[in-house]
Amino acid sequence: MIDRKRKETLIKGMFFGAASISIVALGLIMYFLVSEALPTFFGFDAMGEVHKGVSFFDFIFGAQWKPVSEHPQWGILPLIMGSVWVTLLSSIIAIPLGVMTAIYLAEIAPNKVREVVKPMVELLASLPSVVIGFFGLAVVAPIMLELFDIRFGVNMLNASIMLAFMAVPTITSIAEDAIHSVPAELKEGSLALGATHFETIKKVVLPASLSGLSTAVILGMSRSIGETMVVLMVAGGAARIPNSIFDPVRPMPASIAAEMGETSFGLEMHYFALFAIAMVLFVITFLFNLLADHIAHKYKQVGAATL
Amino acid sequence: MSEMVRESIIDQLPNEPALLARRRIVEGLWFGLFQGAVLINGAALVIIVGYMVYYGFPAISWDFLTGMPTEGGLAGGILPCIVGTFYLSLGSMLLALPLGVAAAIYLHEYATPGTIMRVIRLSINNLAGVPSVVFGLFGMAFFVASRDLGGLGMGVSIASGSLTLAVLILPVIIGTSEEALRSVPDTYREASLGLGATKWQTIFKVVLPAALPGVLTGSILSISRAAGETAAIMFTAAASYNPQLAESIFDEVMALPYQIYSLSVSSTDPDATLPLQYGTSLVLISLVLGMNLIAIVLRSKLRRKLSK
Repeated sequence: MIDRKRKETLIKGMFFGAASISIVALGLIMYFLVSEALPTFFGFDAMGEVHKGVSFFDFIFGAQWKPVSEHPQWGILPLIMGSVWVTLLSSIIAIPLGVMTAIYLAEIAPNKVREVVKPMVELLASLPSVVIGFFGLAVVAPIMLELFDIRFGVNMLNASIMLAFMAVPTITSIAEDAIHSVPAELKEGSLALGATHFETIKKVVLPASLSGLSTAVILGMSRSIGETMVVLMVAGGAARIPNSIFDPVRPMPASIAAEMGETSFGLEMHYFALFAIAMVLFVITFLFNLLADHIAHKYKQVGAATL
Repeated sequence: MSEMVRESIIDQLPNEPALLARRRIVEGLWFGLFQGAVLINGAALVIIVGYMVYYGFPAISWDFLTGMPTEGGLAGGILPCIVGTFYLSLGSMLLALPLGVAAAIYLHEYATPGTIMRVIRLSINNLAGVPSVVFGLFGMAFFVASRDLGGLGMGVSIASGSLTLAVLILPVIIGTSEEALRSVPDTYREASLGLGATKWQTIFKVVLPAALPGVLTGSILSISRAAGETAAIMFTAAASYNPQLAESIFDEVMALPYQIYSLSVSSTDPDATLPLQYGTSLVLISLVLGMNLIAIVLRSKLRRKLSK
């Protein structure tokens, strides 16, 4: 029989193993993305046929995405711009909405109201993205066609609005935590000096919770840029750099999800190029998360004494 | 003297009462705006759910819920989708729950702050931020792909889908389980250790039972997350038309979220398929919102108990 101490060490090791699974999983995701993406740039050999790769620069900055044409072109700039514009536009809606909801919840709402509003935000967060996409497609698109003189109901604006409502709960819950953790002494000091509650929020609470608010905004944007079903169903799907908010766009996740089903596994450029897009997408969200993590650690909100 | 100082200060304050009134008005306007933001969120939830209920309810019947799809999924019932979603979310939960809880135990009960802990946390946070379509591609290349292409060769199946979803919900389970462990007072641990129990005995017999309701809440939340996920199962588990119930974990299955998407792409006659889509959406959001409501109620009960 093993003695107690050794058993304890063994158990601790097992728990450590479980905790390391996250590192392993993340590592495997990166490994498969990179290994399936690299043939895009270095070329590959499929059934005795040698395919030449496309340079990384041409891939990122090429203005034409024509994977199935006679002379295929592999530039993903239109897809990147689609993602960037949809994310920016949805952020313009989601950031004020999310932060204001957070301020209301953390500072103003009476307990009874908060007990209703918080679950409501959580339920909004739990709506499956495919349902929101379907709503945009079946309900919002016809309304848009009616309201504006446009050709497509599924377009950048529609997708951005739908995305915004998916990002709001993320922004709200993180921002609320940040606002909530501002020490009461700071607020009391401001109120005692004669500032109104709003002036206290604006000049004391918000500046003090700025790092948390930034984290909230970054993670909200990261959520929007990676969200798939909504942009797949309501962004319109045209791989062109948009000129107006009513143009149909094809953000990166939409391109991957729509086209992967048509490719043959590991045998054609299209397959590898979609993995390369996924790699670009992964790198972007990874950087967003690192940035959020960095801000959260470097400008950690601490007690009143050190502020 | 002090009277004079007071006078001069008051002189410096320009038109005090009027200014204060203005400041109060500004405050009122902003607070109104904050409330407006909340109302917009509420309206979004009510309108989306309302549409699904209003148009989906007429489509739902006993035959719809328990029937097989016909005509390539464009008519008939959705039983295989319900069953498929059930298998996928249950499978991913069975895989992710033990791992997630164990990881949370390590992070909260054993780990000391340092580089290793920082790296683990960073991985969990980044895993939580990976786009779901990237999970789908990863699952396709790792679990689905045949052995000679570098994968595990499970094919498009419940097994591949559950494994992919398990990786996707792992961060959720770790997060909620850690919160549950945090809510167990340290006095419990101290009492148990003081009686001579080892750390493992303390965790297994004292801490875990006390954290169980919180862990349960977390698992309900992640089941609902897995049930609503589409992009991750697109290439790993879902079939757009497979009118039979799965017999093995290596069968591909229909699933509710994928069905909603696939109808909107494959349909040539939107008037005929819209009711089906609304009906399927209603079933899906009833499941997901229902589970979330249960979790919310459980959690608020738990918090009330803890604060007593």
